[in-house]
Amino acid sequence: MNETDKNLLKEISEETSKAPDAYNIRKNGKSVDRKTNPFIDIVPKEDNKGIDVYVKENTLLGIVHIPVILTESGLKDVVYNDFHIGKNSNVIILAGCGVHNDEHKDTEHDGIHRFYLEENAKVKYVEKHYGEGNGKKILNPVTEIFMKKGSNMTMDTTQIKGVDDTLRETKAVLEENTTLVINEKILTNETQNAKTVFEVELNGKNASTHVTSRSVATENSSQEFVSNIVGNAECYAHVECDAIIKDKGLVKAIPEIYAKNPDANLIHEAAIGKIAGEQLMKLMSLGLSEKEAEDVIIRGFLK
Amino acid sequence: MLEIKDICFERDHKKILDHINLVLDEEKFYVITGPNGSGKSTLAKIIMGITKPDSGQILLNGEDITSLSVDERAKKGIGFAFQQPVRFKGLTVYDLLKISVNKEISKKEACSILAKVGLCAREYVDREVNASLSGGELKRIEIATVMARNPKVAIFDEPEAGIDLWSFQNLTEVFKDLEELNKGITLVISHQERILEIADEIILLEKGKIKQIGEKEEMFKLLFEEPKCCRKEGGCCERDR
Repeated sequence: MNETDKNLLKEISEETSKAPDAYNIRKNGKSVDRKTNPFIDIVPKEDNKGIDVYVKENTLLGIVHIPVILTESGLKDVVYNDFHIGKNSNVIILAGCGVHNDEHKDTEHDGIHRFYLEENAKVKYVEKHYGEGNGKKILNPVTEIFMKKGSNMTMDTTQIKGVDDTLRETKAVLEENTTLVINEKILTNETQNAKTVFEVELNGKNASTHVTSRSVATENSSQEFVSNIVGNAECYAHVECDAIIKDKGLVKAIPEIYAKNPDANLIHEAAIGKIAGEQLMKLMSLGLSEKEAEDVIIRGFLK
Repeated sequence: MLEIKDICFERDHKKILDHINLVLDEEKFYVITGPNGSGKSTLAKIIMGITKPDSGQILLNGEDITSLSVDERAKKGIGFAFQQPVRFKGLTVYDLLKISVNKEISKKEACSILAKVGLCAREYVDREVNASLSGGELKRIEIATVMARNPKVAIFDEPEAGIDLWSFQNLTEVFKDLEELNKGITLVISHQERILEIADEIILLEKGKIKQIGEKEEMFKLLFEEPKCCRKEGGCCERDR
């Protein structure tokens, strides 16, 4: 592993209280390192098209790390990763994709992640996307989540730097007494494009979801946020899309909620605007320049 | 010393400030009072640089600061507590205090700043400065961000606005301490008798002009005793006719 690889890994990694119990590192379309333990198994799919991660029933506090790095310009890497989370288990899954592309050819990573949560399973899924170098970097992550009775999942997804084009799709189907929390943070600059789509079906009684998207579009970049939440039962959903626009940045938000059951309780909020003048003024009155004040506000907003 | 020289400010053909002249000295606690629309907040904002005057000058210790921006004035030692404290998504009280003092401080140091405004600090230091805090809490944090800078000129724009009476009673204690400890100039815009009571000097603004400046005793006579007839139903003051 060279310095570029190490830097990419650092950018997409998250600090955890202990070292991962299991991991799989994928570089330029191939697994380069893997570790498993008796509770968490990682099995490669045929043709190196991805992995199956099996978490045994009742596994407590397992940490799984599955980073992907791409350094070969012009490569299009499509990977299918499936996560089978056993009953009553509790795991943290850290995923991410770092792309280094210095050449003119496009580099693309399409990661399709499917989560199957058995009854009462609990997952915290953290995903980071990062790009560097002058060549075009394209990331199209797809996340599909299937939640059995009593399961709980939190998904934190962040794309802060260097991804030129992205279509991020998240689909979830929730059974009874399940909770899905999604926190998304995106910053785009230059002429980058980002589109995110959330589709959540709340099918069971007491299923609930809270989707929060905070995004900043600067320079000539553009973003689109689409959410479609369907309440098929006595359920609860709250969708928030909060965006800051700067320079010539564009943001379009299309939050859709559809109550198909009279006991469904669905809320959506969407707010797009420039940094409030009084926020800048307050920080400037504490001695920050306008530029410094903007940076502080954006960093805080995406924290 | 802060000198305000011949400040004028007009909007929509209305004179908001009409040739204001003031000299404010160190270690003094000034309160600007007057009816709504008399120009108090505009004057405070002009001193901070938030609003630009149409004409006139502001001098801080002899230096003309009229053309300086808000952040440049902040660096020269002017502090301003906003009437409506600003909320920030994602910024904690600790973040804001670190910006205020312009250096890395420990959480313990941040707590001791908050304690000065009567907040049980440990509960607040990691909270976001957002709508989850009450009006009184936000106000105290706002005041703390100004006090933490030890400004040469500390301006507080209507600290009583938007908070309940109970919180305000506690807040007057903060200003009493400030009056005793602050070596610089303290300038508070207020309608509240409890704040006026702390003042070394009271400045009465009316219709954009300084109507009178004086020490507490003489000003209290003017403010609270003379217009007794106003308190009667349907009554009015002689001097208003």
